[in-house]
Amino acid sequence: MRQHFGYALLGASLGAIGLAGTAASAAEQITFVSQGGAYQQAQTVAILDPSAKKLGITINQDSIPDAWPAIKTQVGSGKPIWDVVDTPTGYCLRGGEQGLIEKLDFSKIPNAAAMPESYRSPYSVSYEFYSSVLAYSQKTFPKDAPNSWVDFWDVKKFPGRRALRNHPIATLEAALMADGVAPDKLYPLDVDRAFKKLEEIKPSITVWWTSGAQSAQLLNDGEVDMEMAWNGRVSAVAKEGAKVAFTYNQGILQSTSLCILKGAPNLDTAVKFLNEAVDPVHQANLPLNIDYGPGNPNAFQTNVIKPERAAQLPSEPANASKQALMSYAWWSSPAGEAAEKRWASFMQK
Amino acid sequence: MLALVSPALLVILALIVLPVGWLAWQSIYHDGFTLENYRRVFTEDIYWRSFALTFEISLAVTLIALLLGYPVAYLANALPKGWSILILALVVLPFWTSVLVRAYAWLALLQRTGVINQLLRYLELISEPLALVHNTFGTVVATVHILLPFMVLPLYATMQKIPGDLMQAGASLGASPSLTFCRVFLPLSLPGVLAGCTMVFVLCLGFYITPELLGGGRTVMVSMLVSRNVELYNQFGAASAVAVVLLLGVLLIFFAVSRFISLERVLGQK
Repeated sequence: MRQHFGYALLGASLGAIGLAGTAASAAEQITFVSQGGAYQQAQTVAILDPSAKKLGITINQDSIPDAWPAIKTQVGSGKPIWDVVDTPTGYCLRGGEQGLIEKLDFSKIPNAAAMPESYRSPYSVSYEFYSSVLAYSQKTFPKDAPNSWVDFWDVKKFPGRRALRNHPIATLEAALMADGVAPDKLYPLDVDRAFKKLEEIKPSITVWWTSGAQSAQLLNDGEVDMEMAWNGRVSAVAKEGAKVAFTYNQGILQSTSLCILKGAPNLDTAVKFLNEAVDPVHQANLPLNIDYGPGNPNAFQTNVIKPERAAQLPSEPANASKQALMSYAWWSSPAGEAAEKRWASFMQK
Repeated sequence: MLALVSPALLVILALIVLPVGWLAWQSIYHDGFTLENYRRVFTEDIYWRSFALTFEISLAVTLIALLLGYPVAYLANALPKGWSILILALVVLPFWTSVLVRAYAWLALLQRTGVINQLLRYLELISEPLALVHNTFGTVVATVHILLPFMVLPLYATMQKIPGDLMQAGASLGASPSLTFCRVFLPLSLPGVLAGCTMVFVLCLGFYITPELLGGGRTVMVSMLVSRNVELYNQFGAASAVAVVLLLGVLLIFFAVSRFISLERVLGQK
């Protein structure tokens, strides 16, 4: 009897092992990490679920507001648990240089290979676009609203309280445009000139904001009359009825990108997913769910995005042409990193 | 004895000693032994500015909390029991609300279109809204509010132990109420003052959310240096060095205070 039971147990466990084996080979999976909130929900509907279905894989999701420290510790520990990360493009480049991010083989990623070269790097592919724009209160400026960074710096013609992001990225670009540099002639940034111009506006800056939510609240509550903010944050506040608006003129076009952690546990599946995630149709679905532009410009040729919707998006070609395209390559260069460090002492003086 | 406390010791080892040790190790080791992180903390002026500002704010918060907290604790001690329970409840109640929520509440009160500015404008006391927040002022106001219980409770505990007979004795010898207060009650309450001030000062040194939300970006306290070094500049070593210096500063303060009163008293155990 006892022996009988033993065989039964052995049989059952063998069966279980067999099942586990087939399950693992049938269902490939990856762990995908993004920034959470409404944004991650929107991409789940537009991109992640359709990609998982089409590829027959399981996409496990995780979210973190700032992935960089986690990327560093995970890869540093030698056993990363994430595969693909959606993070500001600069981190992908910096991570690539520090050996934390896999180099991409674009022959395996045809959808990305069809994108403009300025939208990808050896380590990353643009995934979605947002813009740092000049936003203002329509109550304070019912007509003759500020329309450029020159206007933002002009405290006589446009009196009012101002806010900027407590971060040099996009802020230095705005300062240079305020000083007359053309949007397509910004890089390499003249850092001295930018900081000098910032000193000029510094006394008029009421708040140096640190989070997107904070920037939205400042504008919504009338705490400031104009500020640099991300387009999606401003349009969200406007949708809720606040009298606020923004202009894409001289906006700074920024992107988050997809990149793959060095030594990712499911590398092959991750590459397959990366190709699928920038498929023009999936990409075109994203702006139907949230106010961000597709990372793949071919999405505008799929007829999924209606022309009036396209006109609202930061990466729509006509809007993009009014803006400066951020050079993440410059920001992750030694000069860029030095400018970031200089910011801390600029803030405290 | 050792067998009895060893589980507790293990917990302390795993949750406190090891992480803090790792933190200290990180601050001196990066591809070899280095004091570079400490050199920067002690020579670069952004660190000095932050430490000085943190010290100033903590001092201001401690003094204001003492001035506000002493009368409250005194009243709670002097009034009949029902009243004192009510006063203490009002002091402790905000304690259970998250620091984040209270910081946002202060934002709603103090900002340009906030309750206080609206009221002052309605009463025609001001024509332009006052800058009450996004500066050091707003930071100090909110921090005082959050830390006030740490001042009131040790004060109240000390005052409770002052025998009422002593005051009566003073009065029977002909001293006026203000004289008995100055000569008898105040000196006897000083351990509570020291305990409360130490708690508030030390807690304020490590404040993070309040200056971040109400400081307008310019009020860079030491804890914000730690987070910026990690998030923005990816300098774990520099962040660790700042944290170690702050930790040593706090330990030094506790050591100095323990020369005057027992630490159990500061921490509210006795």
